[in-house]
Formats: sequence, C-alpha cells, structure tokens
Amino acid sequence: MSKITGTKGVSRRTLLKGTAGLAGLAAGSGAITGFPYVKSADAKVLRYLGTAVNEGDDISKQCLKDTGIKIEYITATTDDVTKRVMTQPNSFDVLDTEYFSLKKIVPSGNILALDAKKIKEFDNITPVFTKGETPGGKKIGGQGTAPWKVLYLEGKDSKKFATSATEFVTLIPTVYNADTLGIRPDLIKRPISSWSELLNPEFKGKASILNIPSIGIMDAAMVVEATGKHKYADKGNMTREEIDLTMKVMTEAKKAGQFRAFWKDFNESVNLMASGETVIQSMWSPAVTKVRSMGIACIFQPLKEGYRSWASGFCVSKGVSGAKLDWAYEFVNWFLSGYAGAYLNRQGYYSAVLSTAKAHMEPYEWAYWMEGKPAEKDIKAPDGSLLEKAGAVRDGGSYEDRMGGVACWNAVMDENDYMVRKWNEFIAA
Amino acid sequence: MSEEVLQQASPGLIPGSGTVRAAKPTRLSPSFISWLQAGPMMLVFLAFFLIPLVFVVIVSFWDYNEYQLLPAFSGRGYTDTFEGCIAQLPDLCTIGKTYLKTLKLCFMVWGITLFIGFWVAYFLAFHVRSKTWQMGLSLLCTIPFWTSNVIRMIAWIPLLGRNGLVNSGLIKTGLINHPVEWLLFSEFSVVLALVHLFTFFMVVPIFNSMIRIDKSLIEAAYDAGATGFQTLVNVIIPLAKPGIVIGSIFVITIVMGDFITIGVMGGQQIAAAGKIIETRVNALQFPAAAANAVILLVITFLIITMMSRIVDIKKEL
Repeated sequence: MSKITGTKGVSRRTLLKGTAGLAGLAAGSGAITGFPYVKSADAKVLRYLGTAVNEGDDISKQCLKDTGIKIEYITATTDDVTKRVMTQPNSFDVLDTEYFSLKKIVPSGNILALDAKKIKEFDNITPVFTKGETPGGKKIGGQGTAPWKVLYLEGKDSKKFATSATEFVTLIPTVYNADTLGIRPDLIKRPISSWSELLNPEFKGKASILNIPSIGIMDAAMVVEATGKHKYADKGNMTREEIDLTMKVMTEAKKAGQFRAFWKDFNESVNLMASGETVIQSMWSPAVTKVRSMGIACIFQPLKEGYRSWASGFCVSKGVSGAKLDWAYEFVNWFLSGYAGAYLNRQGYYSAVLSTAKAHMEPYEWAYWMEGKPAEKDIKAPDGSLLEKAGAVRDGGSYEDRMGGVACWNAVMDENDYMVRKWNEFIAA
Repeated sequence: MSEEVLQQASPGLIPGSGTVRAAKPTRLSPSFISWLQAGPMMLVFLAFFLIPLVFVVIVSFWDYNEYQLLPAFSGRGYTDTFEGCIAQLPDLCTIGKTYLKTLKLCFMVWGITLFIGFWVAYFLAFHVRSKTWQMGLSLLCTIPFWTSNVIRMIAWIPLLGRNGLVNSGLIKTGLINHPVEWLLFSEFSVVLALVHLFTFFMVVPIFNSMIRIDKSLIEAAYDAGATGFQTLVNVIIPLAKPGIVIGSIFVITIVMGDFITIGVMGGQQIAAAGKIIETRVNALQFPAAAANAVILLVITFLIITMMSRIVDIKKEL
C-alpha cells in the first residue's frame, strides 16, 4: 500500500488547492463552534431528563399554556438516566428519576435538593412518601429503598439522608405504582394468588422475568420467599448468601426450562404476553393495559405476598441557579397542581398529590381508578382510546388496597456489585 | 485534550504543507506523499480508535464505587471477571461459559455465512454473464439493508413464535401436533437471525475477489482437463481467499461483540460477551465493563491473527 510506482509529483497548483481546502475546512469548523447561540430573553426553557413514564406531549403542552415554560424532554431508560446524571450533570436542568437511584446519585453531588417550603402542595403529598402509610392509615412495607428512607437530606449540600423530616428534599414525589405479575387468565384458566406460581412447573416454558438486575432480583426474591425457601430480612438489601440462594433457585428453574424468555423493555413484555409466548411474567401496569387494549385478556394479578413498588420524583441539576431555578420550582409546583396528576392517574399510575388530581378528574374516573369501584361509564385513556367498558373493576382494587399491599420497593443493595456479577452468572447458566 | 495529542502525534501534516508550499516547485519525496495520502485516515484512526482504546485500557485498571470511577490502580475489574475460574474447576466459571457460548455461536454463524456467501458470490461472478445483471443482482442483495437490522431481526418473531406462522402452518398440514418450541428464543433462532443479517458481509468481499479472477485461468484449467470441482478447489478458492478472509473477519468481529441480536432472538437467556459489558455499564461499573471490553478485544484479535496466519492479506491484496 505504501509503495508508489512512478511518482508524478504534486503540482504547485493542486497543492495550493489542497491547502486552501484545509484552510476553508478549519474556518468552517471555527464558524460552527463560534456561532453565537441565539436565545431570546423571555424563553423559559427547561431541559427535562427522565424515563418515558411522566413524559407526555399533553403534559408539556399544558405546562406551556399554563406557565409559559417550554419543556424539552430528554428521554432515556432508568439506567441511562442515572448514567447521564453521573457523567453529564450539565446536560439537563430538571431530573425525573426513581428513588432507588438516589443511593448512587446523591453521593455523587450532582443534584440539588429542593426546598420543601417553596413547594406549595408539599404538605398535601400523600403519606405514602412521608410516613410510609396510606391515607387510610395502612402501614406500607418498607423493604428496599422505600421513598421515606431517602426523602430528606441533612442539609442543603449534604450527601447524607436525614432520618427525620428536614426542608431539603431529594426528590419531590410525582408518580409511583405497585407492580405485580401479569397473567393470561384465558390460558391459565384458574385463579393465581401467589408469586410462587412463577416457578410452578405447570407453566414450564411459559414464564418470564425481567432482565434488569436491580428490579429482576426483587421479583425473584418475592418468588423465593413465596415458595417458603427463605425469609429475607430485607429483600432490597440482601446478604451475599441471600443473593447466592436467590440466584440458585432461579438458575435451577432456568435450567429446567421454566422461562420462555426474559424481557428488557416495555414492548418486549407486551409482545411476549400478547403472542401467548408467556402466560405469567413480571410486568408493569401500562404494559398490561396495552395488552388488554389489543383485545387480549390480561390481568395485573394481585398476590397475597404483596406488591413490589417504585416511585419517582423531581430534583434539579447542581448547575441550575438563578431564574432557571425559579422556573424549575414553578414547573414542579405546576406538576403537582392537578393536570399532570390526573393524567398519570388515568394511565393507572398514582399521583403524589391526590387532592389536586381528584379535582381534575370526573367523579366516575376517580371511583374506578382510585376507589376500586366498578366503572359507571366507559373508561378512557388520556388520549381518548377506550381502556375498559362500563362495569369493569380495576385489578387489585382501590388505592388503599394496592398501595397498602406493598411489600417492598425497588432498591440498590449494598452488595450491588456482587449481585450484578451473580446476575450475569444466572444469564450464562 | 485529544486535539493536543493529535497535533503532537502528526507533526508533519499541517505545518508540513506550509513549508512545502514555500519551497521550490520541485518534486516532493515519494515517502512524504505516501504519508500525506495515508495521513487523513491515520488521523481518523488515531482520534476515533486508538485514543479511545487507550482510555478503555486505562480505565479497566481503575477502581470504582457505586457512583464514580476511582483513578487508582486496581485489578478488580479483571479479578472479578475471572471469579471462580479456578475454584469451580472442572466446572466452567461465568466468563468461561459465556465465551464458550459466544464462540460456539460465532463459529456456527461463520460456517453458514461462509457457505451461503461463497455460493451467492460464485453465482454472481461466474454464472451471471452480463455486467448489468451482476450489478443489478448485487444491488438486490443490499435491499434488506434499507431497513434497520433491529427490524429485520424482530420480523422473525411472529414467524417463529409458539403461535407463529411456521408453527401454525406445520400444525395445519398435520406434520406436528404441538407447536415446536425451539424455533424461537433458542440458539437456532439466534443463528438464523445472525446469518440473515450478516451473510451479505461475506458475499461482497468474496464477490469482489472472484470478479477479479482472470477468466483465462479458468479456461486454461478446463483446457488442461480439470473437472469443475478441480477448478473450484485448485483455482477459484485459492484466488478468492483474500475475500473469504476479509468476509470472515467482518462476520467474526460483529458476532463476537453482538448482544442485541443474541438478546432479542435468544430471549435474553443466552449469555454473550457483549451482554456482560452492557450489564456492567448499566450498573455504572465502568472499570469492570472496560476490563471485559479489553478481554473481548484480545480474544477477537487472537482469532483474527490466526486467520491472517492462514492467508497473508497484505500480500494477496
């Protein structure tokens, strides 16, 4: 390749052309980087980093209408959101993330705690977050990274979680839900009441679990505990022996061909269930709704051992200050003022401030979604598509029953590193 | 930072052209012209391949905690990866099992794509006479590339599933009573999808080698009384070797690092070397991910070195 036979030489003219081109290129690239960033003085823009859960076009449009704040969504998976906070903290303004990732995010010092006093509805936030109980007074299971354990910081710049209420809030709560197994009642044809059914040989080759280690291990732990093999002190913070035991049970099941596939994203879980490849699997609420909207029977089955719950909320990047910080507060206050809450409730999630969301919902909607009563009229999704016909009852019933039945929360364990290694071993088995 | 490195690493390039212009319009030394010609590609390699690679190797020897990299020397990324490899003998440890599986898939895909790719290229090069048709048919091969490979991969799922087209077809014809389960989320479906995706990477270089074979050589073989098979083995295959090796390198490097196809078609139940890296990255364990990346690189590099031992590509080209 490096041999050139019969060198012709380069004429002065072609060389000049070449250098001119290079110079042009350099000038061009300079012009691009040096281009003045045009920004109107009034444009209130917030870059919003989060998962797709809270990000609806309807929400950003309504927000622009009500507050004049333009929301620019940066959508990523839960893992990628955390990665971005760690590696590019200046690439976003408002962060929407889950409580369990706080154990990684807070020590990094890349986020700013919000001041509870500036949040208008803070005192109306559901006691699920502040006290670990439902509004009706039911105690909620606190295994894992329960929100009330990581809700407050000791001081403004502290990296330590406070044990009692302070005014420095890590994440202003927005949305949460209780997850369980999804089943195909038309193919199973009998009642399902325990997590242990996931490993029942009856469903050999027709079960699935999600392949996101931090969440998958929690579902696995619910299953192991339900089979009576082990009682965990804290499923969200296992010892190495407990991780070994959990993975051993799951590995044996995998080797015996119990699982049809594992899933990693929402759509995979919908496809597995809708196509009948699986009849029982870990699932998320909107995925169940989606399968049902395809006209296929699917139940988000309440189980006697309880739900695995998750919650997310807002904070801001440490780089945000001045007017932008004010907009961020304005946005968070708007988010809790009802429109967004009602929107989330209508998707089957729960909003953090129940009173304002209720004011934005029809009484029959509230009765169906929150009180577990049979639907008086057809239930529609926020986009107007039909979700349930009149007379239907929500799986798991009321808010009190569902949130009151929570057994554990998504978590990051102290032994996270070991757990991830063991999870890889499980996949390789 | 990378710009500084770039300038240091290629001192001759931009300042060099200035001095040349000032000099008399005489000939440039041939070696200088070669450098000038190779320069741009070298810079691209340096900036987008070598420097990142050096960073990966450096980071693989760092320590880490839950939320950050600790720039202190640590072999933890490697020792964790090979955890249990000696203690568990004679059973394979995780990394051993993973690489065994990845190599097995890689070998199967390589064998099948080579077989199919060779004959497609053979057909295009020797049986299609007109240049127009050769061009037309080669372009036809590229049509699947107009959609993303994720879509081409996912398209198999409704076909192969338990209630998919293949199974319902077989049941209707009475060939089977129960749906065949191994069609989807199995090694079979992974290999099928990979072959579907990557055969073309085998076809192009082999076709390129074959089209340059002097037709008179084949005529000479025929005149000398060689059978079709003898011509194939003694004339065509040796002359198509560079294409075969280049195609093999394409396919092997892609399959060794693949985790998306193996994940989707294998139902996330089949381990892949790339998957381990992804899981580690997602858990923010960058040094461990980097260590795994280095291991993958070394193994892939070894395979390619072995292949280029068989054929000296530089010489053949």
